[in-house]
Amino acid sequence: MPDQTYNDDVNSETGAYNYAYLDEQTKRMIRRAILKAVAVPGYQVPFGGREMPLPYGWGTGGIQVTAAIIGRDDTLKVIDQGADDTTNAVSIRRFFAKVADVATTTRTEEATVIQTRHRVPETPLKDGQILVFQVPIPEPLRMLEPRETETRTLHALSEYGVMQVSLYESIARFGRISKAYNYPVLVNGRYMMSPSPIPKFDNPKLDRNPALQLYGAGREKRIYAVPPYTPVKSLDFDDHPFEIEKWEQACAYCGSKHSFLDEMIVDDDGQRLFVCSDTDYCQERQETQRQSEQKK
Amino acid sequence: MSGPLLSAKGVTKRFGGRIACQGVSFELWPGEVLGVVGESGSGKTTLLNCLAGRLMPDEGIVSYETKSMGTVDVHRLSEARRRLLARTEWGFVNQDAREGLRMGVSAGANIGERLMAIGARHYGNIREVASDWMERVELDIERLDDRPTAYSGGMRQRLQIARNLVSEPRLVFMDEPTGGLDVSVQARLLDLLRGLVDRFHLSAVLVTHDLGVARLLTHRLMVMQGGRVVEEGLTDQVLDDPQDAYTQMLVASILPV
Amino acid sequence: MLPMLRVSGLQKSFVMHAQGDLALPVLKDVALEVRPGECLALVGPSGAGKSTLLRSLYGNYRPQSGSIQVRHREDWVELVAAEPRVVLDVRRHTMGFVSQFLRVIPRVGAVDVVAEPMLRRGASPEEARHKAEFLLGVLGIPERLWALPPATFSGGEQQRVNIARSLITDYPILLLDEPTASLDIANRDGVIDLIRQRREQGAAIVGIFHDIAVREALATRLHDVALPGVQA
Repeated sequence: MPDQTYNDDVNSETGAYNYAYLDEQTKRMIRRAILKAVAVPGYQVPFGGREMPLPYGWGTGGIQVTAAIIGRDDTLKVIDQGADDTTNAVSIRRFFAKVADVATTTRTEEATVIQTRHRVPETPLKDGQILVFQVPIPEPLRMLEPRETETRTLHALSEYGVMQVSLYESIARFGRISKAYNYPVLVNGRYMMSPSPIPKFDNPKLDRNPALQLYGAGREKRIYAVPPYTPVKSLDFDDHPFEIEKWEQACAYCGSKHSFLDEMIVDDDGQRLFVCSDTDYCQERQETQRQSEQKK
Repeated sequence: MSGPLLSAKGVTKRFGGRIACQGVSFELWPGEVLGVVGESGSGKTTLLNCLAGRLMPDEGIVSYETKSMGTVDVHRLSEARRRLLARTEWGFVNQDAREGLRMGVSAGANIGERLMAIGARHYGNIREVASDWMERVELDIERLDDRPTAYSGGMRQRLQIARNLVSEPRLVFMDEPTGGLDVSVQARLLDLLRGLVDRFHLSAVLVTHDLGVARLLTHRLMVMQGGRVVEEGLTDQVLDDPQDAYTQMLVASILPV
Repeated sequence: MLPMLRVSGLQKSFVMHAQGDLALPVLKDVALEVRPGECLALVGPSGAGKSTLLRSLYGNYRPQSGSIQVRHREDWVELVAAEPRVVLDVRRHTMGFVSQFLRVIPRVGAVDVVAEPMLRRGASPEEARHKAEFLLGVLGIPERLWALPPATFSGGEQQRVNIARSLITDYPILLLDEPTASLDIANRDGVIDLIRQRREQGAAIVGIFHDIAVREALATRLHDVALPGVQA
């Protein structure tokens, strides 16, 4: 078994590539890292990140995690800031369609694996789904403590006072905790984790989510995970509790008052439009409304 | 409490072939301030770092009687426990306040950190305690949200002291706490330290090269030379009736004003 | 009645290492006893060791050999070669020392200097302050000076602050080194009264009084430091 190199000819164009681009030994290594990560929720597991066909900062971590777990029976969705149709989301989706011979979709409900940059889908996830996050800086304390040796020690000893200090400082300076994205959380009551640069609006979705959350940082070569139904708590003070963003406006397309809205400037006069950031969610709501209109 | 708060037995530290401190033994009892004086290279700072768990001695034992967990060998503690001790029952005042402060966050955050590190989660309460301590060290509470970069040297030192004392430590290590400050600033700071030691029944180990500081702040004195303790006793006795040749020379070298 | 202070076989020399280890013997085989209500005046020529003896009793000087025993907390405590905390405890509760010079602490006001020993013993700040003000008043320190640090006071004023500080707590044993040296007659008499009162209340006192009038007013016995052994 150890000497066998599994080489599945996916199609005539990619004859030189292994299934899902990575060789089997690499996938094994990444899967081991994923298992460790799942066993210790929120703990950053180092892994031997490979050269991927796109530079650091473009999702190489997320892609390696997805490549290690994806199979022919999966259905893959890829979103970038909530949208399926941006350049990067499209590129990554096409990449996996090619090298993994896998069905793709824009519908959250239909996907088995969802790779995302900086958002969690609005549609609630289900048991059996996997959410793969693209992470730039996995270390939540990095901005406060630049030394890796020291942050590892802080995690090991559960010494998270420094993060609380930074939240205190935010309140002292701005009257409130001003961190709007990449808001630090405590996973399973033990490890502090960076949920990746998702808006704090999405933090509550991480708490006891039925889906498996996997986080991949390609440049920093770290993988971490939150198993299904794990408590994830956003840090705060008793007298300054964690709060998510609210909008006065509703989505201009579907009328949603409960989703994360992007603010778009539509003309030179500065006209603004507030629209759901999650394109699939918005389209689904529009579709539902259209159908009920037609029934009338 | 029945025994000494801190005891050292045969503490020895070498750097390569050079002996930094050798065979230092003493017992520090609650409420005592022990001064360690000597000139540069005497080993006093090395000794302080060995006592405070920052340096591992090559020989000897440092024992500390904890508040609730009996007597511990400082260097056999797990790193977690030693770090916890350093944040709660101990204080360490550095000569350069910048080494003992977070320069990038406000005074209030600096003082509140130890509280937050042991689980304080009410911003208003933390702020109030921090303000109280600002007052005790005679800093203007209007400057609670200022960063130490905006403070003078003397103010930073006061802030460092407050940051240490907020956890109500029983033992404070001080390394030349007034070094490098103007004379009048030094005088006021010494005065503050004296008052705090009295008021909060602190025990302390104070390293200084300034015999005047020792006279003012310490009850007992150890004189170090070349890594060894050459004389020890009550501060006033060591300074007024020095027995050892080196001590006599040191005392005689004080410039008259 | 039990003595408060018992000294025997006390030897003290000074060794000047810088002068080729020159040894200056000062005290040889000193012995004495002091009881409550007694004031023992140390006499002898200049250089005989009166001040040395007094400082040795306080632990400020270190004798080479001998015994100094003090009645402390209902028990006898040996001070020669005692652990620092023992001497510190004796100084806090049992034995007070009035030196010739007030060691000036920057920035602390006179009333706080005087109150400190009482605060150290656990008295409330109000109580200590009240008594301190009383003593300063009795000793003729004007009220306008009470809040000021004594660094700028005259020698006589500093000495009176010193005395007030030693008398604020009721030390069973008092050691006095020229307590009236810098004082004028009027203030001197005030101090004599205070010390005599303390003696009559049962304090055991050992003192050096160059001023004959003071010695005659206070001393109940004399001890010649130059002579060995206990003197009647």
